[in-house]
Amino acid sequence: MDFTLEEKHQALRTQIRSIFEDVLTDEILEAAHTTGTNHSPELAKALADAGILAQAMPGPGQDPVAMWMLSSEAEKFGAPIDAIGMMTMIAGVLDAVGTEHQKATAGADLLSGEKAVCFGLTEPGGGSDLPAITTRSRRDGDSWIINGAKMWTTMAHIAGWVFLLTKTEADGEHQGGFTVFILPMDTPGITVDPIWTMSTERSNATFYDDLRVGNEWVVGEPGQGWKVLSVMLGFERGMGNTGALTPLLRRFHDWAKESGALNDPLTREHMAQIAIDAQVAELLTQRTVWTAATGQPPGTEGSIAKVFATEAYQRHARWAQAAAGPQGLLGLGVDGAAAGGWIDYDVRHSTPQTLQGGTSEINRNNIAERHLKMPRAR
Amino acid sequence: MAIDFSLSPDQQVIADVFTSFFSQESGTEVVRAAEPLGHAPELWSKLQDMEAPAMALPEAQGGAGATMADLVVVAEALGRALAPVPLLEHWAASRVLAGSNFLADGEIATLALRPSTDEGIWRLVPAGAIAQVVVGLDDGELVAVRSEPPLRAPKNHGSAPLADRSSRLGERLVLTEPGAFDLALDEWRVFTAAALVGIAQQALDIGVAYALERTAFGRPIGAFQSVQHGLAELPALIDGSRFLVHKAAWARDNGLIHGAGEINMDDGTITEFAPLAAMAFLESAEAAAVATDKSLHYHGGYGFSLEYDIQLYFRRARGWANILNDPARERLRLADLLWTREA
Repeated sequence: MDFTLEEKHQALRTQIRSIFEDVLTDEILEAAHTTGTNHSPELAKALADAGILAQAMPGPGQDPVAMWMLSSEAEKFGAPIDAIGMMTMIAGVLDAVGTEHQKATAGADLLSGEKAVCFGLTEPGGGSDLPAITTRSRRDGDSWIINGAKMWTTMAHIAGWVFLLTKTEADGEHQGGFTVFILPMDTPGITVDPIWTMSTERSNATFYDDLRVGNEWVVGEPGQGWKVLSVMLGFERGMGNTGALTPLLRRFHDWAKESGALNDPLTREHMAQIAIDAQVAELLTQRTVWTAATGQPPGTEGSIAKVFATEAYQRHARWAQAAAGPQGLLGLGVDGAAAGGWIDYDVRHSTPQTLQGGTSEINRNNIAERHLKMPRAR
Repeated sequence: MAIDFSLSPDQQVIADVFTSFFSQESGTEVVRAAEPLGHAPELWSKLQDMEAPAMALPEAQGGAGATMADLVVVAEALGRALAPVPLLEHWAASRVLAGSNFLADGEIATLALRPSTDEGIWRLVPAGAIAQVVVGLDDGELVAVRSEPPLRAPKNHGSAPLADRSSRLGERLVLTEPGAFDLALDEWRVFTAAALVGIAQQALDIGVAYALERTAFGRPIGAFQSVQHGLAELPALIDGSRFLVHKAAWARDNGLIHGAGEINMDDGTITEFAPLAAMAFLESAEAAAVATDKSLHYHGGYGFSLEYDIQLYFRRARGWANILNDPARERLRLADLLWTREA
């Protein structure tokens, strides 16, 4: 085994860090963490102009280390990466299975940092049970009629595009199945309602009423949406959102130093455990990235990293809040808040992470069935 | 060089050779037969025939010049089979003695993990019941002492050949670099961590196999989600500790000791050997404790019956790790390596 970062990746890391330093003013950072919209168009543009969004896009022939590096450096810095991660993800899906037209329109918008995208997957009636979705698509000559509703379409209120999973009604010639669309958000019939959460994130419910869209927006083959989705899920798990322990520990340390708790053995012992878990989360993530880089699908490795890292983040954020006492309850920007309110932020921010991108339970099913070769259990 | 999580071709050969050696020569009947002392002399002599005890020494001192990265592969295979031999203790101690000519051919050396008492006793030395030579700290000095091993161990949780040994009585050598002890102890931590990873991995494999074979309510208990999710916790702990072991070995092989490596808690970069060794030890102890606990539990009542193998693993998971220290104190020590205290 080797734990040395290649020179080209060291250079990429330096480049990413210097873009963060240049672009992310205090105002941008504050807005990204207090408005509920974890996005900076300025950052997206700067990363796109430097060619980093294109490098960080997942997919065949791409460099998974570059993808991980952007996400992990952003987590360490506190840079708003949520929307950008979604943009590179969908650009990667379109690059892998989309048409030339889709790459030239949606793909180009995403990789230039000009427009964000939202994921229309989960529905009000069901989360993990994606096959149970009720959003319908129906063929009508050369176009499609779409009706339904989606939940947790985070970024929909700023997005230019939606990546939409539908169930297709069978007709005389076709079986039905699932069909994925990439649609402009200004398509008539789409409406967006905010969902305010305790997690620091504003999400949305989106509604699709009698949309009429052309065949050119079907991603992959009609009825074969599951294949498209599996490409995306293959990219998604365990390569990002696993590095939050490092900034959590840094912020907690700053508070402990300030408050005099740094010499307290109770505090030090737990800080050491956070440091171990941060290393483990990073190593499990690097293994996933390495697996992907060697050309294998990192399905179970990603699940292993994702469950471990997100659960450790929750556990330690909650510990840090309790350890900081009353000041740990105070929010970002509040005078006297422990670590400037970042501890409260981390407790909030970590809460949905065992749900997003595959719940811990779905991932444990995956580990049991595919890694430990146990029978399918539902 | 680039990030790589695979074993090198050489390491793969070593893994294959020792995994097959231990599975043939150190089945659990050998482990049971070696209790309560925890030493199998025949197995040890086969390892000597393979020149395994000298692997860890530089070629100039008659060794094979194996890297830490090679040695941890052997240590994991040893742990998987619970091999009742003092190989890891001998490696750690003989590396300190390399070049001194103190250790005679065929002798077993071991490391006293804690300084001696005021009375000159090293308490509960691992492999102390069988080693001729003990290396350790005595009144601020690093010494090696040769004396007759008792060949008896107090009854203990992991059926390990523990014994109290004198740090003063016997043929005694004072080593000139007392600082060498800290490095040797860190190497012992990493070897033992690798063996604990082997215990954890084997406990998981035993647990999965049992859950697929044992039926209840008309199906294998491994088809129940509660059992699956309990076992699905383990790969993260096991893989995570294995990677920490290999990262520590990589740091040692690349000379990242005594401050040559990096500890940057702002961006989470740690390449210095000592904290990586501490982390590897703590995490693998945790992995072995949790994996043997869950695996034993899913065996139902059979799990704690002596007839089943999992109890052998459960006891050594604790015995091999807790011989060093309370993990909480090890974490405090790790904290001191990562963050300086405020004046």
